[in-house]
Amino acid sequence: MARSSAPGFLVSFLVLIAGLLLAFTVGRYPVNLSDLFAVISAKLTGHTPNVPAAVENVIWQVRGPRIVAAILVGAALAVAGVVIGALLGAGVGLIKYLADPYNQLPAMTFWLLGSLAATGPSDLIPLFGPVVLGTLTLFALRWRMNVMSLPDEEARALGASTGPLRIAIVAAATLVTSASVATAGIIGWVGLVVPHIARTLVGPDFGRLIPAAALIGGGFLLLIDTLARTAAAVEIPLGILTALVGTPFFIWLLASMSKTWSVE
Amino acid sequence: MILSGHNLTIGYRDRVVGNHLDISLKAGEVLALLGPNGGGKTTLLKTLLGLLPPKGGEVRLGDRPLASYTLRERARRIAYVPQSHGATFGFMVETFVLMGRTAHGTLFSRPSTADRAIAARMLERFGIAHLADRPYTKISGGERQLALLARALAQEPKFVVLDEPTASLDFGNQGRVMREIRALGASGHGVLFTTHDPNHAMRAADRAFLLRQGVRMADGEVRTVLNRAQLEALYGERLTVFQDRDSGENAFLPG
Repeated sequence: MARSSAPGFLVSFLVLIAGLLLAFTVGRYPVNLSDLFAVISAKLTGHTPNVPAAVENVIWQVRGPRIVAAILVGAALAVAGVVIGALLGAGVGLIKYLADPYNQLPAMTFWLLGSLAATGPSDLIPLFGPVVLGTLTLFALRWRMNVMSLPDEEARALGASTGPLRIAIVAAATLVTSASVATAGIIGWVGLVVPHIARTLVGPDFGRLIPAAALIGGGFLLLIDTLARTAAAVEIPLGILTALVGTPFFIWLLASMSKTWSVE
Repeated sequence: MILSGHNLTIGYRDRVVGNHLDISLKAGEVLALLGPNGGGKTTLLKTLLGLLPPKGGEVRLGDRPLASYTLRERARRIAYVPQSHGATFGFMVETFVLMGRTAHGTLFSRPSTADRAIAARMLERFGIAHLADRPYTKISGGERQLALLARALAQEPKFVVLDEPTASLDFGNQGRVMREIRALGASGHGVLFTTHDPNHAMRAADRAFLLRQGVRMADGEVRTVLNRAQLEALYGERLTVFQDRDSGENAFLPG
């Protein structure tokens, strides 16, 4: 029973494309698909597009940065979830309020639920660098991470220096997570739900798992963010929507896991 | 090359399990480690593998202390076959065997074409090539033990150390694994394995090391060491001995 990962990647990619088309077109200022393509092809060829300036502005200044940020943040959280989940058995619950509860609590409450509403072009630089750097580091270590999913003594007997490797992996995961938290606040569930979907689609090999998680995480958060800004008259915090999707998913997952256990 | 322990004190951070242990294993030799539960077999095994530092004495590999080798250097010389386990992740059997090549690559490298050829050869050698793209979680216990052996040999080690390689296998697969252990010795590997069955030591090993409550009771050629008196003393239980009239070989039955 050879398992091909190609269909899994295709599905993830299509979801991301659909998310992109949806995110650029829907919203308080609707943009139709032909205008979107006109603006993009004009940018590529260096012409001036035959559309209102407001449309161009919405695409490049308002939605574009937000879309890129959503994809990066989603990818970052999913990749971090994949590697940390594999190393620590999803044992990261250490994020606590460190701020003064009286002065910063109101601002933090919204931040803790996560939002990309205030994202502009200048926010992308501090996000892009760390996320790409951390993800590439983790991807470069993909074979070692396969070995690290074995029991510790076995991994060491195979020649993997598990102690230093674990520190390096946690550091890279922390880098991508903190960059995305700094941009979008704390968005729960992505790092828990997406790794499970990715593993189901492409299997446990980190060479496939990391790109798949990035792709699915990016697409997932883009769809969530599009929902967040279009579903109601006010912005819905992202953390609420991811929890809305994530909680039932996890209940289903736990139920199906207990079924497997009882069989064995 | 020789893997040896000299006047070893073995144990964990807060607990000494064994004392004054001298043990050695030559290339091409098969050594069985026998003893009752809790007697220190696994602790001694892990100390010789370098997974557990000795609390006293020294483990040596060739002419250097084992502690002076890096993990990577060690893994290219000594392979560890743990007790067959229920894996958490369903890696393909081929990927699982390829993990044996880790110490031959660098930190960022993936298995090369040459590594894949070696893994394929090992899958072939143990007759599990047809399982190459099955998940490790979906094969039988006997097949897992063979995959573990294939992974160990993919390391291209001088020594192979196995922790109860026949535990939880059916009768046929026990015989299969013992044949493979003999073949490893014949091909020049130094092999150390633990077992609960003296018959397995008789079948597969040249030498037996009897360990009781952290103390060496005997160490010598299997036919000399494995007799009624020694085994009754080792386990504190009576047993029955059968002798084959033609070969003169002994078999032991508990009770």
